[in-house]
Formats: sequence, C-alpha cells, structure tokens
Amino acid sequence: MTADPMRAETDVLVIGSGAAGMYAAIEAARGGAKVLLADRSLIGRGGATVMAQMTVAVALGSQTDDHWSHHYQDTLKAGRGLSNPALAQLLCEDGPDCIRTMDEWGVGWARKDGHITQAMAPGHDRPRCVYVDFLNTGPAVSKTLRTVVNKTAGITKAGDLCIVDLLHHDGAVVGAAALHLGSGAPVIISAKATILATGGLTRLYRRNSASSNMGGDGYALALRAGARLVDMEFVQFFPIGHLAPRLIGMDPIMWDPFRYKLGGRLLNNKMEEFTQNYGAVENGKYVVTRDVGSYAIVKEVEAGRGSPNGGAFLSFQHVPETKLREAFGPVIDKLAENGIDLTKMPIEVAPIAHYHMGGIAADTQMQTGVPGLFAAGEAVGGANGANRLSGNAITEAFVFGRRAGRVAADYAGKATRGRADADNAPAAIDLIAAGAPDREINTAEMVQTLQATMQDDVGALRNETGLKRALTQIEAMAQDLGDRPQGDGHRFDMRRVDWLDLRNMIQVARVVTEAALARTETRGAQHREDYPDTAPDWAVNQFVSLRDGRIALSPEKAAS
Amino acid sequence: MTEQATLKVWRGTDAAAGHFDTHQVPFEPGQSVLDGLRWIRVHRDPSLAIRFSCINANACKECMIELDGKTVYACTARLTPQEMTLTPLSNKKLVRDLVTEIAPPAERFAPSPDDGLRR
Ligand SMILES: Cc1cc2nc3c(=O)[nH]c(=O)nc-3n(C[C@H](O)[C@H](O)[C@H](O)COP(=O)(O)OP(=O)(O)OC[C@H]3O[C@@H](n4cnc5c(N)ncnc54)[C@H](O)[C@@H]3O)c2cc1C
Ligand code: FES
Repeated sequence: MTADPMRAETDVLVIGSGAAGMYAAIEAARGGAKVLLADRSLIGRGGATVMAQMTVAVALGSQTDDHWSHHYQDTLKAGRGLSNPALAQLLCEDGPDCIRTMDEWGVGWARKDGHITQAMAPGHDRPRCVYVDFLNTGPAVSKTLRTVVNKTAGITKAGDLCIVDLLHHDGAVVGAAALHLGSGAPVIISAKATILATGGLTRLYRRNSASSNMGGDGYALALRAGARLVDMEFVQFFPIGHLAPRLIGMDPIMWDPFRYKLGGRLLNNKMEEFTQNYGAVENGKYVVTRDVGSYAIVKEVEAGRGSPNGGAFLSFQHVPETKLREAFGPVIDKLAENGIDLTKMPIEVAPIAHYHMGGIAADTQMQTGVPGLFAAGEAVGGANGANRLSGNAITEAFVFGRRAGRVAADYAGKATRGRADADNAPAAIDLIAAGAPDREINTAEMVQTLQATMQDDVGALRNETGLKRALTQIEAMAQDLGDRPQGDGHRFDMRRVDWLDLRNMIQVARVVTEAALARTETRGAQHREDYPDTAPDWAVNQFVSLRDGRIALSPEKAAS
Repeated sequence: MTEQATLKVWRGTDAAAGHFDTHQVPFEPGQSVLDGLRWIRVHRDPSLAIRFSCINANACKECMIELDGKTVYACTARLTPQEMTLTPLSNKKLVRDLVTEIAPPAERFAPSPDDGLRR
C-alpha cells in the first residue's frame, strides 16, 4: 500500500508535550520560530508530567537560606560519581528562574506565611522541594504550560501524531515521519530543527509508574538517527510503589508525599522495620534514598520476609486520623472509596520502575551532536548520573526544555529550509502505511512478555545469568516481531501502534540490558548481585551508538 | 473461583454499522473497567481500540467511554460481576471501537497549507 503522505512544515518540531516539550515550544516561539508541538497522545496529557504528584527541587531559598551550589553538591552526591557536571550545574543554576516563571504563570506553588513552601526530601541537605497541594504538582504544571502554549503565537499543536522515525538530509535531521492515529495516514514533517522531548522508558517494566506512551521512543529515534545515548543501565526504581490492595484513580507513587509529611513505617512480614540493616536508620523519618530503599525491599522479599504480594508493608497506623486529614484532606476520602483506612491497616508497596537517569547524550545547549537534533527533559541522559534526587526531574524538564527551545529557534533561524520529503523516508512510510501482514501475532501479549522479562532479569537486582537470559529472550522477541508491521493500518489501529512500540521497546530494552551486563559493579540504581561493590575504575559513563545496526558501547571516564 | 465480569464491547469504525463483542473477564474486586479492557487486549483480541495513557492516576482524562449509557472514566469505573455494556461517547465523532475524537479542534493535526513542496 502506498498512501500519499500528508505534509507539514515548521521551523522547530517539538516531539512530546510534557513539561520539557511545552516549555521548549514556548521558548522557541518566543524566539521567533514557527513551532509544531506534536504528541502521540493528547497535548499535555500523555506523559509523566501530568502524573507527577509531588515535588520540584530547586534552590529558591524561600524557606531557608539556599544557593544553587548546595543543590548541585547534593545532585552530584546522589549521582554516585557519574553525573555530567555541566548538565547538573545547568539544572541547579537555572532551576530557580524557571520556578519563579512558573509562579508568575500561575501554577500556584503552595505557600505559607507569604513565602513558597519548600519541603525536605531524602538526599537534599535542606528543605528545597516546592509543590502544589494536594498531590497536584504535575496536573498544575501541565495545565499552566498548556495555557501559556495556547496564548503564545506561533505554536501549532498536533495530538494523536506518533513520530515513527527522524529524517535525514546531508547528515542533518530535517524532520520526521509520523503516523497520524486519527486517520492511519503517514505524515512527513519538514523541520529546520527537531527537539526530542519524549520522556522516559519505564513502560519497559511490569511494575511501573509509566503511562502507555513511555516505552522509550525518543531513545530509539535518537539512536537510529545517529545520536549517542549515555548511562542507559540506570533505571530508577521507586522503592514504595503501591502494590496492594488494588487502588484505582491514584498514582502508584502516591505514598511518597505521605512519607514526606508523616514519616510512616516500612515493615517486613514480621512487622519489623528493616532499612537500618541496609544502612538507613529511619526512626520515623523519611531518609532512605531510592536506590537503597529499592535494594532493601527486594532483599527482604528474597529472604522470605516480603508481604503477601511480594513487597513490604507501609504503615501509618500510628498517625492519628486528624493528622492524616490535615495533611491529605480529600485524598483520605479517595482511599476510603478504595476500601483503605490507614488508621486500621498497612498497605503493601514494592519497587516500581519510575524514571530513567540515562538517555540521549547532549551538551548544555541540548545539542545531540547530530546537526538539527536537540533533546530535552527526561529524554536527556547524564544530569543525574547513577541515581536521581527526588524533585530533580521536573526541574530538569523545565530547564532543559527552556534551553532547547531557545537554542533550536536560533539554529532554525540560521538553517536553510528543512528538506524532508518522501524521498528521505521510504522505509518509515512503508512501515506506517503497510497493509495487513500474512502472519498475525498478539502484540499486546508481547508487550507484557517483554515487561516481565525486564522486571525479572533487568530490574532492581541484577546478575549475569539473568541479564544473559534477558538478552536471549529479547533476541527471540525481535525475531518474532519480524520486520512487517501488524494491524490493518486503518485509523486508531492499536496493533500497528503496539508493533511500532515494540520495535522501539525491544531496541531500547536491548541497550539497557547490554549496558547493565557490561557494568560489572554495583553503583546507584544498578545493583549487581555478582558484583556487589562499587569499583573505583568503573567511574565511567557508557555511551551507546548504533554501528551497522548493532549496539556499540564506548566507556569514557566520568567527569564528576 | 475468580469472579467474572461480562464485558459487552461496541466495535466498529462506522457509528451506524457496529456490533458488540462479548468477553468474560476474570477480576479481583477493586479492579477497573480499563483493567478488563486491557485484559481483553492481551488475552483475547489485541485489535480492540481504546484510548488511555495513565492507567492508574486518573490524570490524563483520555479514557472516557459510556458504561451502560453513562459517561465514565474507564480507569476509575469498577468492574462488577455482571454484564456491563461499553460504548464509545455518543456525543463525539467516532474513530474506532471505544475511541472517539475528544481533542479540542486546535489540538488536532492539520496538514500545512500548500508550501510549494512536491506533493
Ligand atoms: C507517576 C510519576 C510521578 C512523578 N513525580 C515526580 C515528582 O514529584 N517530582 C519530580 O521531579 N519528578 C517526578 N516524576 C518524574 C517527572 O514527572 C518526569 O521525569 C518529567 O515529567 C518528564 O517530563 P518530560 O517533559 O521530559 O516527559 P513527559 O512528561 O513524559 O512527556 C513526554 C511526552 O512525549 C510523548 N511522546 C513519547 N513518544 C512519542 C512519539 N514517538 N511521538 C510523539 N510523542 C511522543 C508522550 O506522549 C508524552 O506526552 C514522576 C514521574 C511519574 C511517572
Ligand atoms: S487512563 Fe488516564 S484518566 Fe483514565
């Protein structure tokens, strides 16, 4: 089938409309560029940003005296020697300005006594985390940016537009090929500059906090376009993701703010606290960092001390109801609707894939090294090294988005017109517009199989046997997927979307697994049972590129 | 024995010419209608189209459908051990199965006007 592609032309193409993409679009348009803001889901709804419930870390100094250099020190410390210092500095130094701008735009940061409230969070040396009550940070951020996007001249929005591949001309990226979900038709987008703001990859795991759009598309797009990825082995597991009882209408990471405000007790099935055995003495306070917390829970489960569903108990039974209400008001009613009364029962929690430290390698101008291609937000690797501090991700999305938008607008102003054309995109168009295949496979089931493999063998606890088993499984899945898309290619064809997703997910899963296997040490979010110590000579960032279709790893000494 | 819900799901791309597929879905109390639909995609029919992103958080607001004629979020409506009829939103343009065009017009893709490029 050779459908005639639809076409669009723009100065700056922004792929993804989370905080990073929307901020980038606003800045690029303010810089005079014509912007196309594209998302595979609806605008401002499909990614992690709208789901975030907690806090944004920034050295505002509104609660206690602070300076970006303190935030920077904490960020590097959390990164366990692997952070890209220049990117970490950019995040910490530009953070306050973005937070104030968001405040002017009306996001509504929680205030007390006339100043913006800043909460304490693990790994930060002082109260530094701003938020919007109650558990409303992400929705408020997303809504505010959507409003500004709508008011900014020069931004065209396009939801239901799934970017399938980036297009080249003379070694530069000149736009993208996309599947328009609403019609099933292919689209060729010509752009002088392209920003990947596609977010993370946590949908690769069975237990995750991801949306269905977080299968790591941006990493696969960048890799295939000739860009490099970095630190791909470092997937952050959030230790206390909700596990049981089934809780709907609430984000699975919602227990974190409870712990910030109320402490809470993390218990094994003997109803004993255990994090002190892993180096984190809590005493009713929330101090355990994410890497240590995840490790401790997985180890307790392994030792047969896990909760019935394979996690740990989290208890607020010692907190009086009035205090619970004061801290979380309407959330307590929502819990009641789910049959959860915190004064009477503990809930079960377990590590869930939550954020990706790794990502596209970029400099502080958000340039990827491929002319015309920029990156922003969680899609970028490096700022957070081997482990991220809580609250740093939204700051990163704002700061990197803003920078990418400015630089891309500037680049587009100087570039000649994008020359994306069906001639640059025969392979992508062929995939998007393909007819129904001869052989049918169950794509939805395959996604689940991949998620199980990643969870079991490339999760919070890793070893050589498991990682090799995962690689074999991933290889088999790549074979099974084949090179012809599933589905009929008509409108909103979920099998076609699954197939295109699996094409990316399998590629990215392979990268994560190979990088994890090569790193024969334990550091930050990577726990190798067979290499339990941190090795000083592994103070190395692993860069990933595609050579003749194969994954190549190049280790480089870390700068931090 | 696990409990079963009976999901009667509207299918089709033409609002005037659809049909219902009926599936028995095992569930644990507390699960959502979206959990049931995702179960159908994995275990019975991956071609079933439904729009959703956030799955648990009820943050994306993309999963609106009609359940027994009433508009609900599929991710917060609960499965019950009886027959539940699921149809696309009746006041929105149908795309496919349970998916309708819910984006505001200014957020939908439109090809660029003639820009001199070869078409
Ligand atoms: C549940 C949850 C809670 C969190 N809480 C916090 C918190 O409290 N504090 C904090 O700092 N961080 C938090 N994080 C992390 C933080 O929210 C994210 O890192 C951040 O929002 C990422 O922003 P982004 O703009 O880079 O990506 P996202 O917001 O994920 O947006 C990416 C967008 O790209 C789109 N996209 C992807 N692929 C394609 C494609 N092929 N074509 C077109 N569009 C595409 C997606 O649909 C999506 O809309 C949380 C994350 C989750 C999941
Ligand atoms: S799936 Fe996001 S609101 Fe229902």
